[in-house]
Amino acid sequence: MGLFSKKNVEALQTPLLKENPVTIQVLGICSALAVTSKLAPAIVMGLSVTIIVAMANVIISLIRNTIPMRIRIIIQLVVVAALVTLVSEVLKAFAYDVSVQLSVYVGLIITNCILMGRLEAFAMQNKPWPSFLDGIGNGLGYAMILVLVAIVREIFGSGTLLDFPIIPQCVYDAGYINNGLMLMAPMAFFLIAIIIWVQRAKDKSLQE
Amino acid sequence: MAKYVCKVCGYTHEGTEAPSICPLCKAPASQFELVGGESKNEKPAKKGFDTSSDSYAIIYASIVVVIVAFLLAGVSSLLRPLQDDNIRLDKKKQILSSLNLKGLSDAAATYADVVKQEAIINANGAIVATEGGFDVANDAITPDNLPLYICEVDGEKKYVIPMTGNGLWGGIWGYMAVNNDGNTIYGVYFSHASETPGLGAEIAGDKFQTRFPGKNIIKDGAVALTVTKKVADETCEVNAISGATITCNGVDAMLKNTLEGYKAFLMSAQPAPVNVEQEPAPAEEAQVTEEE
Repeated sequence: MGLFSKKNVEALQTPLLKENPVTIQVLGICSALAVTSKLAPAIVMGLSVTIIVAMANVIISLIRNTIPMRIRIIIQLVVVAALVTLVSEVLKAFAYDVSVQLSVYVGLIITNCILMGRLEAFAMQNKPWPSFLDGIGNGLGYAMILVLVAIVREIFGSGTLLDFPIIPQCVYDAGYINNGLMLMAPMAFFLIAIIIWVQRAKDKSLQE
Repeated sequence: MAKYVCKVCGYTHEGTEAPSICPLCKAPASQFELVGGESKNEKPAKKGFDTSSDSYAIIYASIVVVIVAFLLAGVSSLLRPLQDDNIRLDKKKQILSSLNLKGLSDAAATYADVVKQEAIINANGAIVATEGGFDVANDAITPDNLPLYICEVDGEKKYVIPMTGNGLWGGIWGYMAVNNDGNTIYGVYFSHASETPGLGAEIAGDKFQTRFPGKNIIKDGAVALTVTKKVADETCEVNAISGATITCNGVDAMLKNTLEGYKAFLMSAQPAPVNVEQEPAPAEEAQVTEEE
């Protein structure tokens, strides 16, 4: 079986659209609300989740045959929590600036349902390499939605993108004001709902 | 025999493969997920252990916990010195940031150059120690053990006051640089642990912090610096961030609490003549003590 056999590529690709963790599996919604009012934290969060899901998937997949079924969730949790703590400690020592930015998200990553969802649904039944690809795919699928939502929220909520002004001053002079609702959590709900709507309208096979 | 469950309706199919179409809801084969039973590629569980027994579960959990505990403890103590260095450097950067010195290539050298004394003052405004102020932990700060950084920027003396307080979700902290007159703000730096991005977190942004320089701290013998929604007195009131009321109230309370402790020192510094020529730091400091 090749490294990029059809099945493995599928593990990487389906979570991007067809099985997107946020819009289809409806996982990780809480963090999608919390970190998407600006684009920069959304990107950071998306990347961190991608890395952690992939690593946790590989570790769980390696020890999947030895894990006692009755305490598997606890073991998964221990692995995830240990990994996240480890990464944040290493960052604190070697990339302090990044770790300061990430400090808010450490808790959010551990409690992210995508992690537990993928460990339970995929890594417990599959070999390390497909599990790794599945982790990367799901992480990127999650990051994609986060970035989409964050772009809309930052442009209309703050008038900037990655803190660069996007909406020109003359528009403000003409009476335009930033939409405060965009910065509130409910707006992320609306935006995610719109994304789900568009996706289901386009792909008939997703309709129930 | 493996079990396949339809993700759409929950129909369970037993067999070697998922059915091409779900008999209940007509979902395609791709909607079926393998559950329970081992997949075809799966190796049988390691022999010799009964992975479903109680004792196996307990031993397994203990081993995992011990491994993780040692791993984390080891990494933590191994990286501690590096992390402490980073934290100290970051603190220096924050102090320099309040002095409007940002984006420095070598913050440690600039800090050594700019900060003349890491002093400790008491409630009466007298300097009790001229060094050690940097190492005063936040919980060791008492009315008689207040750290104060005496700095020199472009030949002018500035005082940097550290402060901590509470925002909406967690701690907030900052540094405030005060001019030689003990009243006018030269620059501020605020940061936070977990305020809302786009709202409370904006206290760490330039847009909020540039509202401070030039404001007066003390008016008519009382701490008058306020963060408020409606600015009535431009000299000592700072406009708050809309949508971040609780964080801004936290900043306001932090400023009041901290500055109250430093009031005696700032008042005693106030009448000091702004004379740039005779600047040697110790002399200035002696002058301050005399005036009390």
